[in-house]
Amino acid sequence: MSKFKKKKGGEIPAVNTASLPDIVFMLLFFFMVVTVLRDNNLLVQNTLPKADQLEKLKKDRSVYIYAGKPSSRYKDKYGTEGKIQIGDKFTDISNVKFALTEAREALRPELQDKVMVALKVDEETNTGLVTDIKQQLRDLNMLKIIYITAPGNPVNQ
Amino acid sequence: MARRATPEVNAGSMADIAFLLLIFFLVTTTIEKDKGIARQLPPDEEIEDPPIIKQKNLFIVSVNKDDQLLVEDELMKVGDLREAAIQFLDNGGAPNGSPEYCNYCKGARDPKSSDNPEKAVISVQNDRLTSYSMYITVQNELVAAYNFLRNRESQRLFGWKFTEVKQSIDEGSFNGNEDDAQEKLERIQKLFPLKLSEAEPKKSGQ
Repeated sequence: MSKFKKKKGGEIPAVNTASLPDIVFMLLFFFMVVTVLRDNNLLVQNTLPKADQLEKLKKDRSVYIYAGKPSSRYKDKYGTEGKIQIGDKFTDISNVKFALTEAREALRPELQDKVMVALKVDEETNTGLVTDIKQQLRDLNMLKIIYITAPGNPVNQ
Repeated sequence: MARRATPEVNAGSMADIAFLLLIFFLVTTTIEKDKGIARQLPPDEEIEDPPIIKQKNLFIVSVNKDDQLLVEDELMKVGDLREAAIQFLDNGGAPNGSPEYCNYCKGARDPKSSDNPEKAVISVQNDRLTSYSMYITVQNELVAAYNFLRNRESQRLFGWKFTEVKQSIDEGSFNGNEDDAQEKLERIQKLFPLKLSEAEPKKSGQ
């Protein structure tokens, strides 16, 4: 009879969770490696147009320019006209040169003359705004640009 | 002194801490996937005497404010633009025997269209009110036309595709002689040089 009394009240033993931290750490390291810290707070709408003939952007030597309508949060304050954003704030077209020079100086010195301007422009923007930006870039002699797009086929939608 | 077994450290909260860190990284970081169409802008200087381009070597693409496409004075759908550009670039209209004769062109050899790919210039004209997505679509189709022809030639000469090799070199995953491949890429680029010119955009209504 004593044989059967050895079992304690029928409790289920606790599940061993010792490897759970390891799994989470693995996930953590994965995210640390493949992502970068978000450095810009987007103030404009930014749905990129689609294209399929793409080249990769060299991140270390690029300066970002965002353009588009102010996002819904900022609509009351800034209206609905297309706007340019460099860094964290809206920039006027006459101020683009100054803001870009500043952004260029933040890069590593050996890359400063190889700088590539990445244009992240919302697909609903008019081309006129982009042309204005490009004219400013030509004045500054920053001639390498890249239109950032989303992958996809633009024709058969 | 009798040795005592060290008591086990309670690591139950380690997972929670790791989760906190994980969630922090999930929220504050982004996965960068920036790709796009690269372009070189023309320098901002007046050209003294611009080279005269024959009308037949010029392929005019204009887009109006309603995103309608006019190619060589004819309305066209965006889907047909790529094929039209390929036909124009690949035409090789210069007569056999002349110094401008294009021996690798496979086009229609129409004397009214471009002499050879080196002479052929595609000119894009926009309206200021053209939508940006249309602008990118047009640019994309024209680049696609060049890529198609470059791929065809590199396939014929070297047995690989221009865009694939270029991409693998850019990403640093090319195995083989990189300098040699780079040289071959330049040769192909010389056969079909990218000559896209952009006119100043019109203001709507002019």
